[in-house]
Amino acid sequence: MSSLNSAIPSGDLAEKWTKYKATAPLINPANKRKFSVIVVGSGLAGGAAAATLSELGYQVKCFCYQDSPRRAHSIAAQGGINAAKNYQNDGDSVWRLFYDTIKGGDFRSREANVHRLAEVSSNIIDQCVAQGVPFAREYGGLLANRSFGGAQVSRTFYARGQTGQQLLIGCYQALEKEIARGVVQMYPRTEMMDLVKVNGHAKGIVVRDLTTGEISSHAADCVILATGGYGNVFYLSTNAMGCNVMAAFRAYKRGAYFANPCYTQIHPTCIPVSGDYQSKLTLMSESLRNDGRIWVPKSADVAAKIRAGEMTAADVPEAERDYYLERKYPSFGNLAPRDISSRSAKEACDEGRGVAKSGLGVFLDFKDAINRLGKDAIKARYGNLFQMYEKISGEDPYSVPMKIYPAVHYTMGGLWVDYNLMSNLPGLHVLGEANFSDHGANRLGASALMQGLADGYFVIPATLPSYLVNETPGKITTAMPEFREAEESVHDRVNLLMKNGTKGTRTVDSFHRELGLLMWDKCGMARNKAGLEEAIAKIPGIREDFWANVKIPGDSTQVNMELEKAGRVADFIDFAEMTCHDALNREESCGGHFREEYQFTEDDPDVKSGYTNPGEAKRRDDEFSYVAAWGDNGPGKKPELIKEELEFEAVKPSVRSYK
Amino acid sequence: MNLTLKVWRQAHADDRGSISTYEAKDIPEEASFLEMLDIVNEQILEGDSGEEPIHFDHDCREGICGMCSLNINGVPHSKEQGITTCQVHMRKFRDGDTIWIEPFRAKAFPVVKDLITDRTAFDRIIAAGGFIDVRTGSAVDANSLPIPKEEADSSFDAAACIGCGACVAACKNASAMLFVGAKAAHLNLLPQGEPEKDRRVLSMVRQMDAEGFGNCTNQYECEAVCPKEISADVIAKLNRDYAKAAVKEAVAT
Amino acid sequence: MNSPGKSLCLFWNSSIGKKIVVAVTGLLLVGFLLGHMAGNLLLFAGRDALNDYAEFLHHMLHGAGIWVARIGLLVALILHVMSTISLTLHNRAARKEKYEHEATVQASKSSRIMAISGLIILAFVIFHILHFTVRIDPELANMPDPNEPGRHDVYGMVLKGFEGPFVPAFYFIAITLLCSHLSHGIASIFQTLGLRSRKTEGSIKALSWLVTALLWVGFLIIPMSAYFKLVSDKGHASTGLIQQGTVADSTGYSPGLNRVQSAIQQGTVAE
Repeated sequence: MSSLNSAIPSGDLAEKWTKYKATAPLINPANKRKFSVIVVGSGLAGGAAAATLSELGYQVKCFCYQDSPRRAHSIAAQGGINAAKNYQNDGDSVWRLFYDTIKGGDFRSREANVHRLAEVSSNIIDQCVAQGVPFAREYGGLLANRSFGGAQVSRTFYARGQTGQQLLIGCYQALEKEIARGVVQMYPRTEMMDLVKVNGHAKGIVVRDLTTGEISSHAADCVILATGGYGNVFYLSTNAMGCNVMAAFRAYKRGAYFANPCYTQIHPTCIPVSGDYQSKLTLMSESLRNDGRIWVPKSADVAAKIRAGEMTAADVPEAERDYYLERKYPSFGNLAPRDISSRSAKEACDEGRGVAKSGLGVFLDFKDAINRLGKDAIKARYGNLFQMYEKISGEDPYSVPMKIYPAVHYTMGGLWVDYNLMSNLPGLHVLGEANFSDHGANRLGASALMQGLADGYFVIPATLPSYLVNETPGKITTAMPEFREAEESVHDRVNLLMKNGTKGTRTVDSFHRELGLLMWDKCGMARNKAGLEEAIAKIPGIREDFWANVKIPGDSTQVNMELEKAGRVADFIDFAEMTCHDALNREESCGGHFREEYQFTEDDPDVKSGYTNPGEAKRRDDEFSYVAAWGDNGPGKKPELIKEELEFEAVKPSVRSYK
Repeated sequence: MNLTLKVWRQAHADDRGSISTYEAKDIPEEASFLEMLDIVNEQILEGDSGEEPIHFDHDCREGICGMCSLNINGVPHSKEQGITTCQVHMRKFRDGDTIWIEPFRAKAFPVVKDLITDRTAFDRIIAAGGFIDVRTGSAVDANSLPIPKEEADSSFDAAACIGCGACVAACKNASAMLFVGAKAAHLNLLPQGEPEKDRRVLSMVRQMDAEGFGNCTNQYECEAVCPKEISADVIAKLNRDYAKAAVKEAVAT
Repeated sequence: MNSPGKSLCLFWNSSIGKKIVVAVTGLLLVGFLLGHMAGNLLLFAGRDALNDYAEFLHHMLHGAGIWVARIGLLVALILHVMSTISLTLHNRAARKEKYEHEATVQASKSSRIMAISGLIILAFVIFHILHFTVRIDPELANMPDPNEPGRHDVYGMVLKGFEGPFVPAFYFIAITLLCSHLSHGIASIFQTLGLRSRKTEGSIKALSWLVTALLWVGFLIIPMSAYFKLVSDKGHASTGLIQQGTVADSTGYSPGLNRVQSAIQQGTVAE
């Protein structure tokens, strides 16, 4: 243990992937069908991997907790997918996409992985169009692009506000086609409860059938996790209600390293929280920032009157408004990257200038755009988003400004993987949001879909043979003692929950809410040492209380929502602890991790020179230019930190400035 | 606001099931419909009855995953147009209202528990032909095949389907024609979908029939409740494409 | 590829296949109804016109024509009824469990009673055939044309057939139901044959209503005129056997009440 081999091929950055593909081992077709692969998760990464591996001839079993693979949360992505096609002739290239992603990630990702991502981005668009994904087109019949998330080029392909849905449906259809061929066996409403290791290699999983409660094992020659992110550790997020960290966390408990969990992306444009009963937060597409102007009143008194309903936005004269993003970042303005926009909103609200009832909200105002372009033009661009806002908030955004506030959206951290997307556990591969690899400390808009599909369609099919070629297919069966042991432990865990649950008094959600609030307060948009230490001290109490007092009625042999949620929350509690350790350890600010102790001040040379502003995140490359991978040390113990140093050969880390 | 809920409770697939009545107290009008159910469930859980909470399907809660269902006062996803159940907000109801909440009903959508139904029949219809058979990596450059914007847009209108099954639930015949028509139109309208068009339509319709869905009597209740407002035009197109494919199948060699 | 026979079976066994059968046969039946109505309206052109027309139908293609038409219509009707019954049973099975709380958003009333209206119309059609085609009532069966005794007096039979309140009332109900059936059915033909879209929806609805209204008026004006004696049979006495050729009005059409009264008087005089 304690050392990490990222397995990055040698050679020039731009040549690594080409060279890798040319020299990687191959498995002949007759042997491929002897190998079996387990894929957990059916989103863009998992679905694409399952479909493609099946096309290649492997026997695939695919699992998802939803009732259909088509429902995975990739479906909710609105904005678009990046690709270095340069169809717009505006100077885009693989290099630029690579560079923007590295810089956007605040120089905390691996060059080689990111470059590969930029290289395969073009193939993804080709593949999706061939599948029938109805991307936006121009009148000439060619594909349309837009600039997204502050990019200087138009490289984002989109399908109205439903890009994720359309890509996922393409991927789901490919998967169903393979299911019909009988090569993929699909297990919907099935949740992975544990990972099974045989001789140190990941060789199977234990699952619970969410309809019958049956616990069973599945063996394979390797396991692929594509189980998404852990945003729901904060309780409120833009994730789906069912999104959870169980699969990844079970793998961690079995020895896989979890990397950079403190990198969580807070999306700047969500509808503010309206009450305690709130179950999730709704994202409003970032594209709204192209025409909407973000502001709060200059004075806290005025904001207080707005909150109290004594004044409206229209009563605030232009001179009294603070368009704070335009003021602080004149060249990017309202299009500043997500982490920066989110933090600025928090600052404004912390100063008492928030405008939503709760105090946590800023205006996103379309008045100027409507005056400039006309209501019809705005309607054509954002009609469905405005309608959605109106349905949720009950206010008409054409006449009053929207209120928005940042919300947890995406998690850059995830299980540690090498260049082959294999974790430190041989045989365990991790794709999409579930791994940590490509976005560093912050993800750019329209890059999540790109990464999920890159991993699933193009990377894993090419890298999986590197592992399998050394394995003998079909040696593993569920009759092996390792499977029996894992099944036993899952049974024990479920039984313990049910046993405690029948006499418990507190609902699962109440624990989840308590944990989420603690995480949001102490490990949310801004963190500090004292707060993180406080959280680390409090979490064991929540855990104890949870196991002693959680209430779960019903039984475990049929659908039991509370039991499902309880298992997930139990893991979130443990996971939260590890995340706080990571955030405490990382004594710098970068991307989605902002430590209040580490920000630019008036005295910094970069501030004096006017390059950046006081209050901006301050990275400490000398000490923290590494991936923090965490290994489990057993219950209640601080996890072990294993570092993978980041080496930058092609780009030089610099201070990120969006002025 | 205070409400009376008439909720379908059914312990498991083989249970007969019946309506139970719940008083939903102090529901904030900003809450969503599913959050209202969450509150009622918290109340059930906090009580001493040992009763299980009301089980219902839901996931993304932003109207795109298609997992939430519910027949609300007799109408799938409520009488509000163009939204899913998770997007219905309580301000649309009045204090003192009685709300009937039932599962989507169809022979092809058996109830699993309470308000949860099994909609995997839809997956099997897609598996029968709702795809374009393109091997990963074999695609040509995306811009080598220009597609008129109007065609792409019409295709998109159909592709917006979220597979929730409201069309089936609203139809007195539990017909899946809007769902099948939407998928067939999405793919058949595109040049990429052309080569497999006939095979696709024939197989999907046969699978639809085999799953036990009823057929269309042209009343367009499906269109009225579709959260993505997919037009019944896709059904006309499916009928047309099916007729052509059937003729070709009968006479072509 | 399947053999044509197998393809036909697959077509018939599929829901859309049966629906297409319903639509095509429905279209034939609507065509027949329009022709039938137009022919019937010759009543208002007088006895000779109507009876000539009837004679023409019977002698078309040396008498074979009417049988071709009858068999064709019968086959269409049987297919129409068989497939709808089969589809309806299938539909009922697809939704065994009813909602405790039912609601309808936009389905028209007519569309929701198609099976019932269809069955009542079927009963009516059988009655109608027995009434005027088979003529099980001997009074209607033996009515030679007063002008050309060698042929049947369809004109007189129609007027005679609609005496008394029950038959016209039944016709009124049945034709109204038929039109209810058609108000949904005609538009449905376009949908099932794949000819409807949001763009053409308005025109199709309008056409459907126009045809329906035309048929309602065209069919009901006959029993109503007969019942209210707006058209009178001046050729036959009420016994239907005595020849009254001398008084017969060449048009047989009486537009006003005065004329009706005068016709009644004439009838009385004749007696």
